[in-house]
Amino acid sequence: MGPRRAHRLARMPDLSRDDVAHLASLARIDLEPQELDRLVGELDQVLGAVAQVQEAPIEDVEPMSHPMPLVNVTRPDEVRPSLTPEQALAGAPLAEEQRFSVPRILDEE
Amino acid sequence: MSDITRLSAADLASSLASGELTSLEVTQAHLDRTEAVDGAVHAYLHVAGESALSAAREIDGRRAKGESLHRLAGVPIAVKDVMTTTGMPTTCGSKMLQGWVPPYDATVVSRLKAAGLPILGKTNMDEFAMGSSTEHSAYGNTANPWDLDRIPGGSGGGSSAVVASFQAPLATGTDTGGSIRQPAAVTGSVGVKPTYGGVSRYGLVALASSLDQAGPCARTVMDTALLHEVMAGHDPMDSTSIDAPVPDVVAAAERADVAGMRIGVVRELTGEGFQPGVQTRFDEAVQHLVDAGAEVVEVSCPSFEYALAAYYLILPSEASSNLARFDAMRYGLRVGPDGVAAPSAEQVMAASRDAGFGDEVKRRIILGTYALSSGYYDAYYGSAQKVRRLIADDFAAAFGQADVLVSPTAPTTAFRFGEKTDDPMAMYRGDIATIPANLAGIPGMSLPSGLADEDGLPAGFQILAPAMADDRLYTVGAALEQRLLEKWGGPLLDRAPDLTTARQTEGA
Repeated sequence: MGPRRAHRLARMPDLSRDDVAHLASLARIDLEPQELDRLVGELDQVLGAVAQVQEAPIEDVEPMSHPMPLVNVTRPDEVRPSLTPEQALAGAPLAEEQRFSVPRILDEE
Repeated sequence: MSDITRLSAADLASSLASGELTSLEVTQAHLDRTEAVDGAVHAYLHVAGESALSAAREIDGRRAKGESLHRLAGVPIAVKDVMTTTGMPTTCGSKMLQGWVPPYDATVVSRLKAAGLPILGKTNMDEFAMGSSTEHSAYGNTANPWDLDRIPGGSGGGSSAVVASFQAPLATGTDTGGSIRQPAAVTGSVGVKPTYGGVSRYGLVALASSLDQAGPCARTVMDTALLHEVMAGHDPMDSTSIDAPVPDVVAAAERADVAGMRIGVVRELTGEGFQPGVQTRFDEAVQHLVDAGAEVVEVSCPSFEYALAAYYLILPSEASSNLARFDAMRYGLRVGPDGVAAPSAEQVMAASRDAGFGDEVKRRIILGTYALSSGYYDAYYGSAQKVRRLIADDFAAAFGQADVLVSPTAPTTAFRFGEKTDDPMAMYRGDIATIPANLAGIPGMSLPSGLADEDGLPAGFQILAPAMADDRLYTVGAALEQRLLEKWGGPLLDRAPDLTTARQTEGA
């Protein structure tokens, strides 16, 4: 491996409080204002450290998503034992008529 | 027999087979030990006393009838709380899953039950296996049996602590970036992360699916091999499970012969950044292997410099995706947002994830969400995947020069509670030597190398082997263990403090 390094990508813009709030909404986590404040600083520190991957000699390197080559695994289309409805619903926060009962999924208007 | 809990799993198995002991006696002795010391150690989240005793009675009955049983039948075990268990809660150290009793057993748990190992209980861990100290468990810290003010490692600190405090001869673990090996290192016990795909992931609460691997925790190399053999093997329920025979790890541990083997010392994982006492014990251990007939070569893995950065992008990315399943709809915590009369499913989801997840889990989910977001994907997740390839290539080159690679398992001995909780990067840096194996999918072992001079705490010796050559870990580990036991005049854990008195001085 030669000493040549991939050209450095520009440092990503610092994450603002609004950015973190947006990420939290994408991740469906309601963060309290003080949690947001703390995360802005922590994430900036962690991102600064992990951005180091961009300094590695990775030009023309094939990405690796998995330790071994993935092969598609299938099984015969046969009925096999599975959970009963009672077992499947045993951990449900709310169940009704052998179904998971969930809050409304549509907006009010 | 004066103290059953001090016996190895192999010795317990012999005594059970000969009729000298019953599984009921052995299981009861471990439950009594838990009663005496776990108030101070807090390694268990759930103790399954009655079901363990009834499993023990059943095995004793079958043995009395002359049935042919697995070698470990009747030897009790503790299970990390990341593995699903019917009839016992599985919380993964999180409020999100408080009180959840899964409707099915993980394949590993089914295999333990089929082999007749009574399950003593579920062990504490960092929430969703994110951490190196158990300080991120929603249910409180587990203490290191060597010093109750220090961490037992993580995420599998409960499993390392139960074996190191003689509450169980065996425990299961999972290792995504070192969660079996680092806890073993800081508690003076043994732990193995098998080759990726060697042990089924079915029924393991997923953290990072391309890195997660379950494996054995014990006090000796042979016990670790015996448990490895029970846990490992092909499982059609896990599409990444390797469909090939399990390497003969027990025979390898019996062989314990390193004559002619080439041992590679990884230059990037020694020296600077490693505590002097840890480094000294490591150097002595390498010399023991030389004395036993091994040849030592130095190897270089230059890409390891970027391993930590790549890992802390790949792991949060996969975790943010895996943890999306906790949506408050089918299982787990559900709470509504404050002051909303008829909240929507989405509002309930966001409020539940806020209430159910701890700080470290939120931090990693949001980091992963960022690393995977459009516009930043190539710069972060994409670059990390390329670094991952470089690391696998470094290993491939190094294994061209050496049969196994060695390093200290962790850069330091056990640190004090609170020492690193305010600085995530400082906590993450403790994983520097264990992470590369997960990125490449290769197997690794940690076993004790001795006590560091400066603090008298255990240091770990790590052995790494090529994929599917897990047996080499055991051959080298057993050879080193033999020589160290001779030098120490007995197991290292004999020098750990007597916890029954510790509890009295701690008060209730």
